[in-house]
Amino acid sequence: MVSTLGLPAETSEDPSPALEVRGLTKNYSIGRIARQKVVRALSEVDLSVEKGEVLALVGESGSGKTTFARTIAFLERPTSGEIFVGGRALPRRPSNHRLREHRREVQMIFQDPYSSLDPFHSVRYSVARPLHSFGLVPRNAEREAVEELLDQVGLVPAVDFLRRYPHELSGGQRQRVGIARALAAQPSLILADEPTSMLDVSIRLTIMNLLLDLQRSRSLSLVFITHDLGAANYMGDRIAIMYAGRIQEIGPASEVMSDPKHPYTQLLRQAAPSPENERRQGTQFEGKGDPPDLTALPPGCPFAPRCPFVQSRCEEALPDLRQVGAAHHARCVLYE
Amino acid sequence: MPPLLEISDLTIGYGWRLPPSVVAVRGVSLTVGAGEIVGIAGESGCGKTTLALASAGLLDPPGRVLSGSVSYQGTDLALLSPDELRHLHLAEISMVFQASMNVLNPIMRIRDQFHDAMAAHGVHSSDGARQQAEETFDLVKIPRRFFDAYPHQLSGGMRQRAVIALAIVLRPKLLFLDEPTTALDVVVQRSILQTLDDLRHQLGFGVVFITHDLSLLVEIADRIAIMYAGAVVEEAPGRQLYEKPCHPYTTALMSSFPPLGGPRQRLEGIPGQPPDLRNPPKGCSFAPRCPEVITGTCETVDPPTAWRDRDHRVLCHLYGEQAGDHG
Repeated sequence: MVSTLGLPAETSEDPSPALEVRGLTKNYSIGRIARQKVVRALSEVDLSVEKGEVLALVGESGSGKTTFARTIAFLERPTSGEIFVGGRALPRRPSNHRLREHRREVQMIFQDPYSSLDPFHSVRYSVARPLHSFGLVPRNAEREAVEELLDQVGLVPAVDFLRRYPHELSGGQRQRVGIARALAAQPSLILADEPTSMLDVSIRLTIMNLLLDLQRSRSLSLVFITHDLGAANYMGDRIAIMYAGRIQEIGPASEVMSDPKHPYTQLLRQAAPSPENERRQGTQFEGKGDPPDLTALPPGCPFAPRCPFVQSRCEEALPDLRQVGAAHHARCVLYE
Repeated sequence: MPPLLEISDLTIGYGWRLPPSVVAVRGVSLTVGAGEIVGIAGESGCGKTTLALASAGLLDPPGRVLSGSVSYQGTDLALLSPDELRHLHLAEISMVFQASMNVLNPIMRIRDQFHDAMAAHGVHSSDGARQQAEETFDLVKIPRRFFDAYPHQLSGGMRQRAVIALAIVLRPKLLFLDEPTTALDVVVQRSILQTLDDLRHQLGFGVVFITHDLSLLVEIADRIAIMYAGAVVEEAPGRQLYEKPCHPYTTALMSSFPPLGGPRQRLEGIPGQPPDLRNPPKGCSFAPRCPEVITGTCETVDPPTAWRDRDHRVLCHLYGEQAGDHG
């Protein structure tokens, strides 16, 4: 069979990263006009993802990790900051044409496979839609293209799945359809927002393996958003830890896991269930669970109220991201 | 003295007709002692919640016990009237469900919800009900000022603590926890688990802890039962199960959790799908997915129970003394 879906255009000589953001900020206003509050969901995030790299983005709920993905995909308009995809800047007010181009190049995989597929659309329709809305495949080759995509995401035999509707699929199968739909647009960057957290334990690994295989075979860049450190370590070349809308630590996965620098990363590492550790009598997690109030962030480090190493200067000013290893950075006064 | 909870050879089906269309739990035996945490782990649909509902006397039609029994302190729950069961619930046996933050009534103050629950069991304000409730708040480490709050004024973790407080306010002897922390962040989860662990030492209640997260159970449970397709396929003390898992399903389930450290290596998880319980396979229900399947035996003959140790049993042909006797 002749492949109807080529790899994304060869750009290996182009050194610019797949994704680069500078000072990316997203604020939401809530409440009535007189008593309006600003939720600082994402604050001045600087980040880049190389071509063919997997970046695992870890954080608790409310840390801004989903906002990050949605702003990159331009489902939300950033309050400020710049987004570059493949070296090209996305204008603050992109034209419709530019926005379509951006949304083809950057695809999302959502958390909940039960609500991210339209229950009235067959698998074939859902997967084919990006193909013709971006004009990637002529109509007469569409069916073949959809079958090939379903094949690649492990829905075999593909013919059996074409006419099925979401309610006829298991959670894992739905998530595979979501992946096929994202791949159909021939993106260079995929943002996967907790794609496995709604799935059963035994299915999670197969979906993670599928994403890794596809990412490698198509040399895609992947941002894998998760709250599970184990999954982040399994998926990520690098891990970024997010807290209160800011990157607190970023570095090679093995380094961040074996030698976490930021006290928040250390706390996450200790709290994560792991049979290797005996019951931790030592660490008390009491009262350390409260996430920060994003409408009233302190001027200093947002983690200071929970931090065991807190000093007076932590509350004065926000520390910068400091280099703590060859490619390892942490935002903490301990490393200044 | 009889154990706190004794489940013997329990089989539960769903369906109005006989035989029922689905047998969700088959031949499960398990005991829980005072102050003990017994963990039940398995994938969704393995029957762990059904088992818990039946053991707590909360199973509703079309679910029904087909054979076997559940005794609480020597009393068979099936012989109790609905009224007697109702008195047992909360006072003796309590349950905390998944996403139970949503259990609280959003338009009632927390104190009123405690008041209602306690009044239903004959504890009224004159008996110092409020004081007892506030003491329970101290135990689960919620500041007392939240006692007069509405549920929405509490964070997710605090709501879960409030629900646990409600479950133990009458000092039950047995607590069922069905995925009590899955909806919470890791740090919140960890602090709630620490509180629970302290409480069971302090108050001495037995816990049945249901989760799909085996790595969590290995840390907190005294004994772990692994369920697959309605049956307990392996039961052992927590550490022993982690160090020497015997059943191929246990091994596979453990390798489904990517480790937090060490070299990155590819894990394969568990290939295939759990069986359709309407149409269970013959022999061992894990055989179609098992990497160590004994062709000709596993698919046809029900696996025997093998004792690897005094308190370590496994339901698998690989260990049966009679493995090989079957032709």
